[in-house]
Amino acid sequence: MFVNKAPIKSYLSVGKSQLQSLIDGLHKLGYQTIGPRIVDGAIVYGELNAISDLPVGYVDWQDGGKYRLEPSDEAGHFDYVVGPDSLKKFLFPARETLLQSIRVDGTWNMATPDPAPHPLAVFGVRSCDLHALAIQDKVFLGGPYVDPGYQSRRNALFVVAVNCRRAAATCFCHSMKTGPAVEGGFDLALTELADRFVVQVGSTRGAEVMTNIEWTACTLQDIDDARSISKTLRDQMRTRAHNAETQRESELPRERHLDTTDIHDLLLDNLEHPRWSQVANRCLACANCTIVCPTCFCSSVSEVSDLSGDNVRRERAWDSCFTAEHSYMNTGTVRKTTASRYRQWLTHKLATWTDQFGTSGCVGCGRCITWCPVGIDLTEEVAAIRGDES
Amino acid sequence: MTKKPTLAVFKFASCDGCQLSLLDAEDELLAVAGAVEIAYFLEARTQQMDGPYDVGLVEGSITTAHDEKRIQEIRKQCRFLVTIGACATAGGIQALRNWANVDDFIDHVYAHPDYIQTLKTSTPVSDHVPVDFELRGCPINKYQLVELVASLVHGRKPRVPTYSVCLECKQRGTVCVAVARGIACLGPVTQAGCGAICPSYCRECFGCYGPNERANPISLSRHYQSVGVPSDHVVRLLRNFNAYAPAFRQASNDLQEANS
Repeated sequence: MFVNKAPIKSYLSVGKSQLQSLIDGLHKLGYQTIGPRIVDGAIVYGELNAISDLPVGYVDWQDGGKYRLEPSDEAGHFDYVVGPDSLKKFLFPARETLLQSIRVDGTWNMATPDPAPHPLAVFGVRSCDLHALAIQDKVFLGGPYVDPGYQSRRNALFVVAVNCRRAAATCFCHSMKTGPAVEGGFDLALTELADRFVVQVGSTRGAEVMTNIEWTACTLQDIDDARSISKTLRDQMRTRAHNAETQRESELPRERHLDTTDIHDLLLDNLEHPRWSQVANRCLACANCTIVCPTCFCSSVSEVSDLSGDNVRRERAWDSCFTAEHSYMNTGTVRKTTASRYRQWLTHKLATWTDQFGTSGCVGCGRCITWCPVGIDLTEEVAAIRGDES
Repeated sequence: MTKKPTLAVFKFASCDGCQLSLLDAEDELLAVAGAVEIAYFLEARTQQMDGPYDVGLVEGSITTAHDEKRIQEIRKQCRFLVTIGACATAGGIQALRNWANVDDFIDHVYAHPDYIQTLKTSTPVSDHVPVDFELRGCPINKYQLVELVASLVHGRKPRVPTYSVCLECKQRGTVCVAVARGIACLGPVTQAGCGAICPSYCRECFGCYGPNERANPISLSRHYQSVGVPSDHVVRLLRNFNAYAPAFRQASNDLQEANS
């Protein structure tokens, strides 16, 4: 067997077919491998056992309330961007039993389910989602109350990141300083060149996996080529703010950017702005934006009992600040109107999140724009509150 | 608890599907029968106990003068009155008559129209008597029904969410049919409860559970029209099992008015 030790932070040149060895190598180490797959017209995370399962040659077109996949001759292995899924569903599952209580002869026996997760390796994670992962880590692992389920799943996660070569119109990571270049928080990071991948080793585990894969050391030229892909994309995205005028006249989806200057005070100084009720006329309070958001972490916890009342399970499920139940207290629902719920979401995401966690809650992935059934666009809402209709 | 609470099931204009959901509870049915005294349930038990009852489940909408009187009597007999299903809660599919002349239907359908005595409208139970809880669906979901019975037995609030079907789609990992396929879907304005079955088969939500809390079907239909869905298609989608539920009713009326 080919044995070749790769140091952390090194750049390796790997043939495209070697991606299969990477999958196989992870299997040998006991990982279940997950990657982008096409399911029902979108890229979602599913089981990835063969390189041929990847949506090679596909690109996505995204706009407010619209997502379409198309084949493209120029597209490589990862030239679609983010779909509705993120790492969230693996680390913070949609439903989880936190506690099980059984009453026997009048005595309650309580048991906490042992999460013992299967080690998971996820391919195709973008820079925005790595930043989202770091944010969720703060939420679930920071402070005195650590979420044990999240922690054990997080420890068992292996991340194979990918540097984006293109952006959707809904992407605005350049505004949030969360991309497009992958900068850290990964085990391995791939950049696709014409004939091979440049693989950056990000951790000891990443180095260990690369030990059994055929690679050569990258030349400085290879590293330059890989880096220039992210740089070119970032420069392209940065021109968006200046191209707004020409953009408006074109038929193409508006390419998003978000002016984050003083955004905390801007939003909190405008809690009575008429825009909140205008957006509420369009908002469905359906919760899609919050559920696709890779950082939104709200959940409901309920005691679920059977008819006898002897078996009770404490169940945590995804919830959203757009539901009535979310702000229900003993006197009723606190945020009764859609305007108050939308305002809560946006001001938390972009302003009070910083007070709470020391970082913005938005990573510019654009999922909330694409997967809003009526295409409400937070970049547009912030611009309107700023008084900048462009 | 010394005495088991008594349960009665009543039927009005409906297809019986919601009552069947109780019989369909299979694994839970024996537990239900153990937890409550099924005092009156014509579809399941020959023996009929007289009221009053602790809990009355009402299926079906009010469509005849006889129904109007009977529901008043039932209300008096039941400590908790719970409607089950779209008919009892919103008037059902038969509420389509509320937009038409019922005599025309009778003339077309029956050989002897003079035998038929019916009201001009199909209306929800809550239009006639106070209702303590409404369990949505066409038909209702058996797990929600068992949860309802459990909550009544244990004296707590039923755990029945009022959020949209979208949350269920996302929880089960279904790709949005509206966003990814351009299919006009009622999920974003419909209350959860079914487990988001239709979108998991790449079909639109037909609104079986009626409008969710804060439903905004006017915005949704405006959006569908803007992306090229014909307005009469959206009207037909809204005028389904929950056509007469106020939020859906207003949206379909607005659409029709805008196009007339």
